[in-house]
Amino acid sequence: MLAALIVIAAFAPLIATHDPYLQNLGDALARPSGAHVFGTDELGRDIFSRLVHGARITLTIIFLVTIVVGPIGLFVGTVAGYHGGWLDTILMRVTDIFLSFPSLILSLAFVAALGPSLNNAIIAIALTAWPPIARLARAETLTFRSADYIAAARLQGASSWRIIWRSIVPMCMPSLLIRLTLNMATVILTAAGLGFLGLGAQPPLPEWGAMIATGRRYMIDSWWLVTFPGLAILCVSLGFNLLGDGLRDALDPKQMNKR
Amino acid sequence: MRRAVFGQATGIIVTLLGLLILTFVIGRIMPVDPVRAIVGEDAPREVYDRVFRQLGLDRPVWEQFLLYLRDVLRFDFGTSIRTGQPVLEDIKRVLPATIELATFAIIIGASLGIAMGVTAAVNKDRWPDHVIRIVSLMGHSMPIFWTGMIGLLIFYAALGWVGGSGRMSQFYIGMVPETTGFLLIDSAIAGEWDVFKSALRHLILPASLLGYSSAAYITRMTRSFMLDQLGQEYVTTARVKGLSSRQTVWRHAFANIRVQLVTIVALAYGSLLEGAVLIETVFAWPGFGQYLTSNLLIGDMNAVMTCVLVVGVIFIGLNILSDLLYRVFDPRTR
Repeated sequence: MLAALIVIAAFAPLIATHDPYLQNLGDALARPSGAHVFGTDELGRDIFSRLVHGARITLTIIFLVTIVVGPIGLFVGTVAGYHGGWLDTILMRVTDIFLSFPSLILSLAFVAALGPSLNNAIIAIALTAWPPIARLARAETLTFRSADYIAAARLQGASSWRIIWRSIVPMCMPSLLIRLTLNMATVILTAAGLGFLGLGAQPPLPEWGAMIATGRRYMIDSWWLVTFPGLAILCVSLGFNLLGDGLRDALDPKQMNKR
Repeated sequence: MRRAVFGQATGIIVTLLGLLILTFVIGRIMPVDPVRAIVGEDAPREVYDRVFRQLGLDRPVWEQFLLYLRDVLRFDFGTSIRTGQPVLEDIKRVLPATIELATFAIIIGASLGIAMGVTAAVNKDRWPDHVIRIVSLMGHSMPIFWTGMIGLLIFYAALGWVGGSGRMSQFYIGMVPETTGFLLIDSAIAGEWDVFKSALRHLILPASLLGYSSAAYITRMTRSFMLDQLGQEYVTTARVKGLSSRQTVWRHAFANIRVQLVTIVALAYGSLLEGAVLIETVFAWPGFGQYLTSNLLIGDMNAVMTCVLVVGVIFIGLNILSDLLYRVFDPRTR
């Protein structure tokens, strides 16, 4: 399912049957048919093609958020966990403050302050998504910190940066990857939620959440406007959840209890 | 014990302070000029400068923050630009609708989640376990605003089983005096059972959908807690003594995970608020979420920041509550 998503995003122009921005008012709100597999929207744009192009936006959001959030969370978590003491206290306090909000509400506030746009939505989501990663990285680091091989490295005169980078980070990777995967599902839903509220990607970009928001006005008569983008979000987010769940079972059954 | 309580109290205060710093910073980075928002585009220079000073924007940032802190401690959160009312009054007015929705949702979500979690644990790795995993992951993966619309299309527009948007039919609005703000309670007090029924019909769909989405987390935790218990020796003993498997599971094993479940449900209640923001938009539910989003869109930062603060405080409160419940109910922590 996820491989399909990547393929669709990569070859979007080839797969799409129509230009996603091409308006054709004569053909507006057409039911799904041979010419338009998923029908057309209120401006006569082909929904299938818009969905296919929207996959690119979704993937971009996931990719950018993940490459920002992963390293930040890893850095904060391992440094806090390895050094302990006041540095740990401060870093974890900051993390807790961010964790004391539901991520959507905090992203909403950030986007409201920065102004609605796709880039700002990505920044806002990234700002709110790193704390759970940091928490996890710290918990993992604490379990390895007093291990013998770390002591051995220290005795050999390795600097703390070197120990963190070479000995601790690789050990944190498996659970971190699981968490990041499960996180992607949340990122998709948050991004779609922001798009739905009009705070994410702006028209005419074919973002799935925004498509649902515009389709809402025509919902009663033209069900296909909201149904298909929603199914797309559901499939992708379910895909990441299943992948994360599977990875968790495969890599570490003990992980079930940790947050 | 006293030291632990003291430590926790300091922790809470530090977190609250952090919360305030965060909302303060968010409020300051916005590109919209707060003075222009008040005086308008073509106000003369003197007026602009006066308002600029009135808002305290000419002082250093740390002083501004102290002023903000002072206002918050006095429960003065400013007035909303949109409604012209003090923000706190507005929030008091809209919060009951959301609490009513979220409470119903958590009752549904917890019953569903616990039932699914126990069933999955008892049937580990057999088909009910797999089915439940998919069902609960689905709930977790659905965009709630979309599920809300599809729910409206099916159960309201096509089948007519439930009420449409809003808290009750248009017809009844204003018929019941607001005493508590909770419509079900208010209508019951007033003896208006038609309103009560209408309110229930409007509540049931959004509450079920929210509950379903929160059930995933509760299911997963219940399942793993239950698996821990079922692996223990007392369970085997109970079975050897000839207790039926239903009695073993519900009377013995379940009794031991109740405490953990209470904390999980309290945390899930907090995250329901997030879904509530979106679903209230779809159902035109006149609650906290709608208040927040409508103010977001017009850039009413006083209202938005206070909403964020309120959510943060509710979250911290729920965390403390779940901690306390744990202490009260679990004899080992005494």
